[in-house]
Amino acid sequence: MDTTILHMQDITKTFPGVKALDGVNLSVRKGEIHAICGENGAGKSTLMKVLSGVYPHGSYEGQIIFEGEELKASNIKDSEAQGIVIIHQELALVPYLSVAENIFLGNETARGGFIDWNETNHRAADLLARVGLDELPVTPVGQLGVGKQQLVEIAKALSKNVKLLILDEPTAALNDDDSEHLLNLLRELREQGITSIIISHKLGEIEDIANTTTIIRDGQSIEALDMADPASNQNRIIRGMVGRELSARYPQREPQIGDVVFEVRDWSVQHPVQQERTVVEHASLDVRAGEIVGIAGLMGAGRTELAMSIFGHSYGRNITGTVLMGGKPVDTSTVGKAIGAGIAYVSEDRKKFGLNLIEDIRVNTTAAGLGKISSKGFVDGNREIQIAEHYRKSMRIKTPNVMAKVGNLSGGNQQKVVLGKWLHTAPELLILDEPTRGIDVGAKYEIYTIINELAAAGKAVLVISSELPELLGICDRIYTLAYGRMTGQLPRSEATQERLMELMTIEKESTR
Amino acid sequence: MTITNELKDIFTKNLRTSGIYIAFVLIVVLFTILTNGLLLSPINITNIILQYSYVLILALGMIIVIVAGHIDLSVGSLVALTGAVSAVLVIKNDMPWWAGMLAGIAVGALCGLWQGFWVAYVGIPAFIVTLAGMLLFRGLTYEVLSNVSLSPFPGEYGQIAGGFLNGLLGGNGFDLFTVIIGVIAVVGLFYSQWRNRAGRAKYGQSVESMAMFLAKNIITGIIILWFFWQIATSRGMPIVLIILAALILGYHVLTTKTVFGRHVYAIGGNLSAAKLSGVNVKRINMWIFINMGLLSGVAGVVFSSRSNGAQPGAGNMFELDAIAACFIGGASTTGGVGRVTGAIVGGLVMAVLSNGMQLMGVGASTQQIVKGVVLLLAVAFDIYNKRRAGAGN
Repeated sequence: MDTTILHMQDITKTFPGVKALDGVNLSVRKGEIHAICGENGAGKSTLMKVLSGVYPHGSYEGQIIFEGEELKASNIKDSEAQGIVIIHQELALVPYLSVAENIFLGNETARGGFIDWNETNHRAADLLARVGLDELPVTPVGQLGVGKQQLVEIAKALSKNVKLLILDEPTAALNDDDSEHLLNLLRELREQGITSIIISHKLGEIEDIANTTTIIRDGQSIEALDMADPASNQNRIIRGMVGRELSARYPQREPQIGDVVFEVRDWSVQHPVQQERTVVEHASLDVRAGEIVGIAGLMGAGRTELAMSIFGHSYGRNITGTVLMGGKPVDTSTVGKAIGAGIAYVSEDRKKFGLNLIEDIRVNTTAAGLGKISSKGFVDGNREIQIAEHYRKSMRIKTPNVMAKVGNLSGGNQQKVVLGKWLHTAPELLILDEPTRGIDVGAKYEIYTIINELAAAGKAVLVISSELPELLGICDRIYTLAYGRMTGQLPRSEATQERLMELMTIEKESTR
Repeated sequence: MTITNELKDIFTKNLRTSGIYIAFVLIVVLFTILTNGLLLSPINITNIILQYSYVLILALGMIIVIVAGHIDLSVGSLVALTGAVSAVLVIKNDMPWWAGMLAGIAVGALCGLWQGFWVAYVGIPAFIVTLAGMLLFRGLTYEVLSNVSLSPFPGEYGQIAGGFLNGLLGGNGFDLFTVIIGVIAVVGLFYSQWRNRAGRAKYGQSVESMAMFLAKNIITGIIILWFFWQIATSRGMPIVLIILAALILGYHVLTTKTVFGRHVYAIGGNLSAAKLSGVNVKRINMWIFINMGLLSGVAGVVFSSRSNGAQPGAGNMFELDAIAACFIGGASTTGGVGRVTGAIVGGLVMAVLSNGMQLMGVGASTQQIVKGVVLLLAVAFDIYNKRRAGAGN
């Protein structure tokens, strides 16, 4: 069992002006699950791109030994032929094609150029059984949830006779159930002798599943931890990743709670397409000045839908209910009106809904509050630079100036730009939807600090998060949402993961 | 940063924005040599302006359409329709020249409103809406003109595209007025660049070195002054150049300094993010097409003035010239990127190519082939640059 399947030696990869990898070493034993940890921008993804042939042999320095032979892949096909398959964070499936078609895409079972559909679907069914996915091979992939799509990706990898499976943040978009299922599958594949490399920010997961963890920091491999050693716990990994001990995951704070700023009464929203399906049902909640309130709920509970329907009716149909700011009913039927009423919404998907990635920090910072720096339709360019600079400094965004393209920033810095953009609108209430998704540990701490500062300045903050420890760590009060209904609220002192989970899973009563 | 580094950056890092200017200079030099200097003769420079002004006017609207992530295929037909409306009023109904002009522009804006409605409020892709508009407006042109050409316009109308301001302030062998305008242009440009630089420096942003700044501005200033001198020693200041310059300046300001301009770039860069930032996407899209229609009206008037009449087949393929100008000028096919100055230089590249080849006596077929290849190469270059920039992440 103790044979090395992969050895990457002194890998150095330079981009114009940046040394992304600097003499990285990585040793993976056959049949293990090997985790790679590091902050965003540490070079994890670059290393995996070198391994999978995205960066061809010759574009980097160093040597890759795979199964005793030097690997000289000039593209992804080469490395796949050797049995190295990478599954990217953004899934590469075609939504309109069937599961079977996706599995064999680029690798079709064909005779004389004609696809043998019986053989294709039959083989696909076998592979689906192997990954424990109970779907027909002819089902279009677009009809499956993210968790199941992830399994299709793995089935696709298995169809290529994979020896080394690389997963980049496989559980980032999955709920707890789907994550658990995926991790179990990886364990099963380990039994079958398939080696996996997993990149993840979820340290609990890594502690659970990995045999070895390699830590990468600033483009260098720092250490390889044997996870069988009880000392190799989450804190140990974090210490390696940030190069220092994080005394606490969540910054301390003394809440100064004032009057009710924001209130929603009897809020109901219907699904935009599916008739008669109610996504949010008679929900009510309030947030006080200086208070950080959480919303906990499983995937599909209607958390984001609730927030987006409040914010300019950006989601759903037939929206009913009242929004009150400072005790007075306000109209939030367009985004403009919602902003005017003092509401800001930081989306869970900053790349899709939060930022214009091809523009610079300056333009993104002022995008939601242009009215504040313009008169008669003309933007005051100097004032704009001044404001963007202010947020760059106060948010500690790590760039030399505000002319840096947002698309080139790390996740944590991008999130800070989004926060700056919404702070510039001077809101009374900030709704933060998954504010630390896809952000590394160090930057998370900074985001929490910023949230605390906002509360200290008397803002009302509403946080939506899938990570219960995060809610427990920063919130004063937590609402639970299940199947579109508010099922309870707990003050910080009474909230535990178990109690929240109980409330989050209360099913709809059949009679109502 | 030293000046040699900055020069290096122009040819490497900033090639995407500076590439079009370098290409333009190369093309001008090439055709100057091939035509034995005829290209840059005073008469020919004036001719290029008169001949291609309407494509540049269309490019001004098109760049906004393209930056917002749309396309407009109907502008050629709309040029014909607006010119026809103007001609019917002025030639058939003996209305004054300005009434025809205003009516043409108004019809253009109205047609833009029509298309904007379908794009913004019904949600049909602009490609389809304007493809329909291309047929629709062409058909209407035939209707308005009853299938026959109308000409000639009375004298004043012809002045719009063919007139000159000459001898307004006198001058010996040259037009003093034109020279003064040139000097004002150079001083104004320098002043605005200076203010821009000072503003950035004041707020701690990186600026180019003083040497680079001066070098750039002095070279630009000399080129502008030389250009105006050439015009001044020919027939004086073309009226259409004044219209064009005012429009370029206006649209440059509109796209770079106004809230409207910002919203256009925001929509093209990330539609969802723009919506969630409170941008009224429907209204902006509506105005983008109204504006395109309006400029098509202006181009229609200029074109009918220059051709001294209205023909049912006028403006054929103008949309492609305008679109090509934008893409050659560095606009992105996926929206969010593009500049007014780029589109103008892109349009000038097309103009110099056509004009240069005409001077050399190259046939129309070859001209089209060359223009097609240039468009393809320009976009290929853009994609190559994007990929190179993307590899840095």
